[in-house]
Amino acid sequence: MAEEPLLRVEDLRTYIQLRDGVVKAVDGVSFTVGTGESVGLVGESGSGKTMTCLSIMRLMPVPSARIVGGDVWFEGRNLATESESSMQHIRGRRMAMVMQDPLAALDPVLSVGDQVDEPLRYHTPMPKSARRNRVLEVLKAVRIPKPEERLGNYPHQFSGGMRQRIVAAMGLTTSPALVIADEPTTALDVTIQAQFLTLLRDLQQQTGMSLLWVTHDLGVVAQICQRVNVMYAGRIVESGDVRRILRQPLHPYTAALMESVPVFGQKRKRLYQIPGHPPDLTKLPPGCPYYERCPLRMDICKSEYPPATPVGDGFVHCWAAAAGKAPTTTMAAATASMAS
Amino acid sequence: MIAHWPTALRTGGTRARRGARLLRETPMIPLAIIGVIVLGAIFAPFLAPYDPVKIDLTHALKPPFFQEGGSTAHLLGTDKLGRDVLSRLIYGGRISLVVAGAVIVVGGGIGTFLGLISGYSARRLDAVIQRGVEAVLSLPTIMVALVFVYVVGQSLLSVILVLSPFIAARFTRMVRGDVLRIREHNYVALARVAGASDARIIFRHILPNVASTIIVIATLEIGAIILVEASLSFLGVGVPAPTPAWGLMIADGREYLSTKYWMSLFPGLAIMATVLSINWIGDWLRDILDPKRQFV
Repeated sequence: MAEEPLLRVEDLRTYIQLRDGVVKAVDGVSFTVGTGESVGLVGESGSGKTMTCLSIMRLMPVPSARIVGGDVWFEGRNLATESESSMQHIRGRRMAMVMQDPLAALDPVLSVGDQVDEPLRYHTPMPKSARRNRVLEVLKAVRIPKPEERLGNYPHQFSGGMRQRIVAAMGLTTSPALVIADEPTTALDVTIQAQFLTLLRDLQQQTGMSLLWVTHDLGVVAQICQRVNVMYAGRIVESGDVRRILRQPLHPYTAALMESVPVFGQKRKRLYQIPGHPPDLTKLPPGCPYYERCPLRMDICKSEYPPATPVGDGFVHCWAAAAGKAPTTTMAAATASMAS
Repeated sequence: MIAHWPTALRTGGTRARRGARLLRETPMIPLAIIGVIVLGAIFAPFLAPYDPVKIDLTHALKPPFFQEGGSTAHLLGTDKLGRDVLSRLIYGGRISLVVAGAVIVVGGGIGTFLGLISGYSARRLDAVIQRGVEAVLSLPTIMVALVFVYVVGQSLLSVILVLSPFIAARFTRMVRGDVLRIREHNYVALARVAGASDARIIFRHILPNVASTIIVIATLEIGAIILVEASLSFLGVGVPAPTPAWGLMIADGREYLSTKYWMSLFPGLAIMATVLSINWIGDWLRDILDPKRQFV
């Protein structure tokens, strides 16, 4: 067996108990992130990406959300069963997270210098002056101009792009082994997005950290990740090398996600729109949850969940793919035929 | 975002201009009034022309100096026992300020603490604290104070003790509401991601964010406490009788109100000026404590 990856999530299940049922937000998710690797976690809103990340960090937002099964192996420890106090020791030191909304991710009444300093203060015995130097170093690394002059500034005195970079800096101060980036670019405009992606990629190369990149944008994944996991309805439906998946997606959902992203320089009339809605996670069908929206559906899809079909170093959960059928790039026609 | 525009546009200006601006917006009159009352309370023995409890029946019911029969010997006149109204007014500020300050520190402190815990913690503890708060808030303050002082005995301490829970309850309620809002912010989640403990999150991130609320409630409540203290003194269950308290002075002048108005008017004005000034200062504090203003 190859060496143990930095993060190995195995059959993770996080359920949310509601009054009228159980939401299987994360339902048997397994994937790995190797040292120095970038891995994408892709899916539309409500597919369970964010809940997966929060489960890894054990930060489920509601008390009714619980990890009911599975393991999260990280640096030799199982985070699914680790005590809260030892989680506090891991969070921010070995594992950091860059949040979605840069405008709300910074405390308005604390100066930026203090906030970037926070993980260091909690986790290292460094004296104040050394911490200050480290904060300046990190702010410089995320390209905040003249960081010495801006340590005492408050978040509202920075632009959105700068705030996002400051949030990233907070994640980087302690040089964590793994950074989870939960759609960090969604709130930014496209040019800033591109800058931020390049920045994170450079930083990753310099520090050798691993990145788990959560997004609904396959374009972003193409730029930054080596491997990608596509999530749908709380499960990973396709996993594998980024280039393979972008060249030939095997799950119809992956193909649909790709077709719903505009491609520069490519002439097309309309973007693809996935018909219907994601399924109700409280009453998942016994078969494939994508059945209702799938252009390649077969009878067996309705009754049985497809097993993993290995593809290269990845896999796909799809009966059609198992039967050798691949989704075509002209699915708009297929959609039209389903409209009736 | 639009709401931030005017402030953003005012970012220019030298340090001197910003200083001038700050000065211009400072409420000078309320600060002066509170300053006079505080200094008067502190240096009462040196400032008061007479002993505030000394009875001098030969000079009873003298009017203030500006009125027929008044003299500069007793600037604001004397009461029915010949005590100097100005002296009693100066000493009376002590009672009001000590009671208000002590109740805010004790009640406000406890209330803030409970509010932070209540807003941050899980449902059960929150529910217990909130039912307690509702129970306290449903009690009529004056009635409870009457009974309490009657049972425990009349003293400055018993007034402070009986008022503190009411103030604590109000603080708890307000602070909890703010905490509920603030704890949903991403920066709280981010602090947790950074490995902060609950106590750290509460005191480093949540408390500073509720600070401006606390200051505003504190100033409003100081006004309310002074009024309640005056009411209790008026009803005769505040601080014991010879001690000069504003409420007590108003009560003393009650029977002479139609003719010898000054016995009640001046302490009444003192209460009004104090409460008004404190509320005004509270508004101003809230404005300057908003971090968004720091780059003006």
